[in-house]
Amino acid sequence: MTKFLLPLGGFIAIFAFLFIGLGLNPREVPSPFIGKAAPTFELGNLHRPDSRFGTQDMAGKVWLLNVWASWCVACRDEHPLLVDLAKQDTIPIVGLNYKDKQDQALAWLKQFGNPYRVAVMDADGRIGIDFGVYGVPETFLIDKKGIIRFKHIGPITKKAWEEKMLPLVRELQKS
Amino acid sequence: MIPEIGQFALILALLLSIVQGVLPLAGAARGNPVWMGVARPASRGQFLFVALAFGCLAYSFVTNDFSVLNVANNSNSGLPVPYRFAATWGSHEGSMLLWVFMLTGWSAAVSIASRSLPEEMVARVLGVMGLIGTGFLLFMLLTSNPFDRLFPAAQDGRDMNPLLQDPGMVIHPPMLYMGYVGFSVAFSFAIAALLGGKLDSTWARWSRPWTTLAWCFLTIGIMLGSWWAYYELGWGGWWFWDPVENASFMPWIVGTALIHSLAVTERRGAFKSWTVLLAITAFSLSLLGTFLVRSGVLTSVHAFATDPKRGVFILIFLAIVTGGSLVLFAVRAPKVGLGGKFEIVSRESLLLGNNVLLAAACGSVLLGTLYPLFLDALQLGKISVGPPYFDSVFAPLMAPAIFLMGVGPLARWKEARIPDLAMRLRWAAVIAVVSAILVPLIAGEWTLMKSFGYLLAFWVFAASLTSIRERLLVGTQLEWSRLGQLPRGYWGMIAAHVGIGVFIIGVTTVKSYEVERDVRMDIGDTVAVGGYDLKFEGTEEVAGPNYSAARGTVVVSRNGKAVRTLHPEKRFYPVQQSTMTEAAIDSGLFGDLYVSLGEPVGDRAWSVRVYSKPFITWIWGGCVLMALGGFLALTDRRYRASLAQRSALPAHAASPS
Repeated sequence: MTKFLLPLGGFIAIFAFLFIGLGLNPREVPSPFIGKAAPTFELGNLHRPDSRFGTQDMAGKVWLLNVWASWCVACRDEHPLLVDLAKQDTIPIVGLNYKDKQDQALAWLKQFGNPYRVAVMDADGRIGIDFGVYGVPETFLIDKKGIIRFKHIGPITKKAWEEKMLPLVRELQKS
Repeated sequence: MIPEIGQFALILALLLSIVQGVLPLAGAARGNPVWMGVARPASRGQFLFVALAFGCLAYSFVTNDFSVLNVANNSNSGLPVPYRFAATWGSHEGSMLLWVFMLTGWSAAVSIASRSLPEEMVARVLGVMGLIGTGFLLFMLLTSNPFDRLFPAAQDGRDMNPLLQDPGMVIHPPMLYMGYVGFSVAFSFAIAALLGGKLDSTWARWSRPWTTLAWCFLTIGIMLGSWWAYYELGWGGWWFWDPVENASFMPWIVGTALIHSLAVTERRGAFKSWTVLLAITAFSLSLLGTFLVRSGVLTSVHAFATDPKRGVFILIFLAIVTGGSLVLFAVRAPKVGLGGKFEIVSRESLLLGNNVLLAAACGSVLLGTLYPLFLDALQLGKISVGPPYFDSVFAPLMAPAIFLMGVGPLARWKEARIPDLAMRLRWAAVIAVVSAILVPLIAGEWTLMKSFGYLLAFWVFAASLTSIRERLLVGTQLEWSRLGQLPRGYWGMIAAHVGIGVFIIGVTTVKSYEVERDVRMDIGDTVAVGGYDLKFEGTEEVAGPNYSAARGTVVVSRNGKAVRTLHPEKRFYPVQQSTMTEAAIDSGLFGDLYVSLGEPVGDRAWSVRVYSKPFITWIWGGCVLMALGGFLALTDRRYRASLAQRSALPAHAASPS
């Protein structure tokens, strides 16, 4: 009987590892941008294209840079969360409107609400490249000195916000 | 409206699958014929409802219904219609629906082609398949509903991943899933036999054709995937030992072992517990593959949407299915008995050796695939295991298996003698050794590795010929008229074995003689590769249905005479903002010329990859031969006979245990 239990034993061992593996994230490869100064930019304001907005305007603040686009379906998933954050005034959010058209972006914000203190246009995606964006949405947490502290790929979930990002935001705001 | 019908059909299918999973199994346990009788109609009904759901989803995709989240995420109005249809299974949700569609298809097929089986057996087999269906339908409805709506509807969709917009990708997943899911039949037969306590040669005879069929589909599916990677990824490679590739390859290896082990169990009644274990393993590995691909525990070039919630569900399901069957195995297998006796040298022992080698090979692939996960789980750092590990472990395990493959078909059951086998195979050995030395010499530089590859391939060919020759021999005369009388099962085996040889020739030749040149080419530049001169004549902008492309023109000439014009493309898909490389391949029996555009450098110049890949088509040709061999074996007289005169079969076949 014992030898017939061997396959079961082997399976249980593999199962244990797979179960632990579920809690790990192989994509959580340390981003080369974390701990480095955020790339600087100066871009046209989405609502008033003549006025420019740049990273230096956020100096001394802890802020989020949220990369979004009107063609991005996943951005709709995280949008309510961003709107909530803006209402509670937890942290200023700057929207980087990535490879988008101005009229469509404005219409989208009108429909779903505008959580952004400022939204800027990165029509050709050049700034996105500087930030190493490879999918929309992506969100960067930048501290008072302009250093990237955290990067979230994909829509921010409530869980990710409360467990990972919010504690970090509080800590950075205190310092 | 249509998506809601699909959703409703899925719910009905779930209810039917629960009925199919519970009543027939309970009926078989209590000997209640009415409950057992539920199995067949329930499985057919479940198939119809899942087919309806699949049709509804396909309809939503083809008609661009962007109020369905799944459609909005994976399709676009600019996408050509055939790809819109293929997008049905291009997403996670859709591919799960395809999985269940295949499962119910297999289960309905079993319900039709099982009239000669005892009712109890049918009830148990279909019951187990019903339970598997329940698991997957629940998975879909709870975590990955393909019919979820999106409010407000999207203006247009995010488009299908351009990598998947390819004819090969349209048929690759269905073939692969046919194979994956097909092993559920062998699994269900094994569980049914364990439940019923009757592990005899009859059970092996019934599950054999189903296993072979699933194996054929899996072979074709893997081959299409490899071929697709070759011409679509633009790197000219054909196998990357990626976790997702391994996920499909492991069930194939175990399936191959299972086919051979089933043959022994049917003929000689031996290896019963081993065969059952292989059947459980093959399907468990299919489930594990699904888990690895869908849960995101491993990173892979196949970037599918992943979600830990889904991972937990599949893992629990895997635990129930595999854990449950292994417990059942541990309880029932000790009573099975050993079956027919055999000597140390016999066809049984050779097949056993082959099985052990295949199992070890599968184990080593499993280890390499999960190793990064093990280390990460033990907090020993993040690493990735690459092709060097797999190449150095897999080839040495396969080489002896291929040697045995030549000997096995000539060995007698029960007892064979080494001197006798050596005598009969001496010419095959001579032919193999001589060819292995000559071929690399003629083709150019001789090395040991090249020779070894050719040695294995020619050994398979020569040993197969020897086997055919012996079958035709009457006394000392070759009786050619016997050629047509040999059973198709035999020809199937020969075709599959020769397919392995063809495959080895392809792999060895590509590895030894391929030429890869990455060059910068301006208009008018020429590069010489593999005896051809390739002249770059610049690129032009062309517009596709949903992309724009830079299309290059490369004139291929041999000895100053133009023989062909190739058009590699660099495509840009605006909706997904991604760039795809479409290699131009001049494919031939003796090799491919492969041209792909890299990046533009300067005004008109491009970096261009030019590869010469001799005999690469033999890699896929070999796989096709293997699959054809399987199909041929399925048309063997004994299966046709059992179809034609089911009632004439003896109710109880002798089991030599």
